[in-house]
Amino acid sequence: MTDQVQSQAPQTTGHVWDGDLQEYNNPLPAWWVWAFYATVVFALIYWVLYPAWPLGKGFTKGMDTITYVNNLGQTKTVPWNTRALLMKEMNKAAAEQKPYFEKVMATPYAQIVHDPELSNFVLSAGRSLFLNNCAACHQSGGQGLHGLSANLTDDYWLYGGTFAKIQQTITYGRHGYMPPFRDVLSGTQIAQLANYVVSLSGQPADQTAAKAGDVLFHSQTAACYYCHGVNAKGRSVIGSANLTAPVSWIWTAYRSSNTPAENVAAVAHTIEGGVYKGVMPTWKDRLTPVQIKVLTAYVHELGGGQ
Amino acid sequence: MFNFKHEWVETNVGVMLVLVMLAISVGGLVEITPLFFIKNTVEPVKGVYPYTPLELRGRDIYQANGCFYCHSQMIRPFRDEALRYGHYSLAAESQYDHPFLWGSERQGPDLARVGGKYSNEWMVQHLISPRSVVPESIMPAFPFLEQPLAYNDIEQRMEALRDAGVPYALTPAENARNIKQFGPKIAEELYIPDAKKNLIAQARAGDYDGHPGQITQMDALVAYLQVLGTMVDFSKYPNDQFVQDR
Repeated sequence: MTDQVQSQAPQTTGHVWDGDLQEYNNPLPAWWVWAFYATVVFALIYWVLYPAWPLGKGFTKGMDTITYVNNLGQTKTVPWNTRALLMKEMNKAAAEQKPYFEKVMATPYAQIVHDPELSNFVLSAGRSLFLNNCAACHQSGGQGLHGLSANLTDDYWLYGGTFAKIQQTITYGRHGYMPPFRDVLSGTQIAQLANYVVSLSGQPADQTAAKAGDVLFHSQTAACYYCHGVNAKGRSVIGSANLTAPVSWIWTAYRSSNTPAENVAAVAHTIEGGVYKGVMPTWKDRLTPVQIKVLTAYVHELGGGQ
Repeated sequence: MFNFKHEWVETNVGVMLVLVMLAISVGGLVEITPLFFIKNTVEPVKGVYPYTPLELRGRDIYQANGCFYCHSQMIRPFRDEALRYGHYSLAAESQYDHPFLWGSERQGPDLARVGGKYSNEWMVQHLISPRSVVPESIMPAFPFLEQPLAYNDIEQRMEALRDAGVPYALTPAENARNIKQFGPKIAEELYIPDAKKNLIAQARAGDYDGHPGQITQMDALVAYLQVLGTMVDFSKYPNDQFVQDR
């Protein structure tokens, strides 16, 4: 090997600078040069088959075509492009899922959850939809987040936990609202109400204040019963909270582990400032009806469905 | 007859500079120039309008905090992206963006259609403390966004974009043109002399950050995020409407 190299006279590029400065010529390996020519040939073929060259206001569309069906049922054949390719791939996947989705659409909720095959499909398809769209607020297990979103796994629902109500909530979204009472009621009155509300779920409270709060709750002055109901169990039509529920609430830092005074203060805080949050986005423009139906069944089966 | 010799190029640095620049600009010219002439580069579609003053400041804050380093704003026409993010992005939807914020990395999810997907409260909570709502998130926290928003120079910012071709209106005549193109409600937002008034009004009415009394960077950023990808109503078109543009 060494002998061979030494036996060859050194090749130069032939250029001479400053009288004696020369440059060795190191030709590229043959395999590289031929690979380069091959890519050129590949490009020539590609230019003919696929969209490539600009021509004034348009471009060469290539020879390859894609046939797909759009949502109006029209079959179209167009020159190859990535958007048409997507149509074709979405169609193919939709065709594979069609028997399931059609069955979901045609079956009432109560039957879906009792049909082993369908409920299996709904739970797995629902899970991926839930993780992508709902989990950011309601958390991956649907357990909700205090101060932000409702727990979907317990027995308490602001807007109702039936299939129909859940579907309505997902489709159109929700917006929680409770008016602030700081300008309507005195500090004493708010404290009385807070004690009454805390006593409703069996937590320790000042009984005298709670009694006065009971009267206020059902009076025209505070009129809490308008929204929360005479029995304080809330009204799902407007999404008012069930105040007798012994679980931690969404908007109020009210917990059984708190001291009674902390709980009374937390409830008083909410009565003073009201609630102007609890926005659940509208999903009807983002999800298809069958996706919403799958999600509804999934959420219902998280544990709290009524 | 001009006797062209390679040696002449190699020994004249000025000539070589010019020829090298010509050679390397060919690639760019061939790929970019035709896009200005091809009819459907920017798809004809209804609904896209320039950002309102508040959204525009939100976009600045998005840029200033480098959100685009980890979040793309470009949904590609692939099935997995269509399922997760929605309809693929259209060139028309970025037509008023200077510069584009398409990004090239996705440490975080694509944000091209994040508008309306989450509530304002979630956005605020998530920006202040991402892991409090998404335990597995690797996003940095941005609690300092709750500082007051500087908007004294909003007119100049809009004028700069107007110089770049964005149809913000400086004169009543331009305003009349905008009313014709975008309708009176949007045209009002694009009228530069009213920019401050409009910015304050939108921040107050929207109350994006949950503090109605103050206008913060959070207000602007959330307003911007909530408008992303929402301008075009795709339900008005057949689902292959934009196939013909490619």
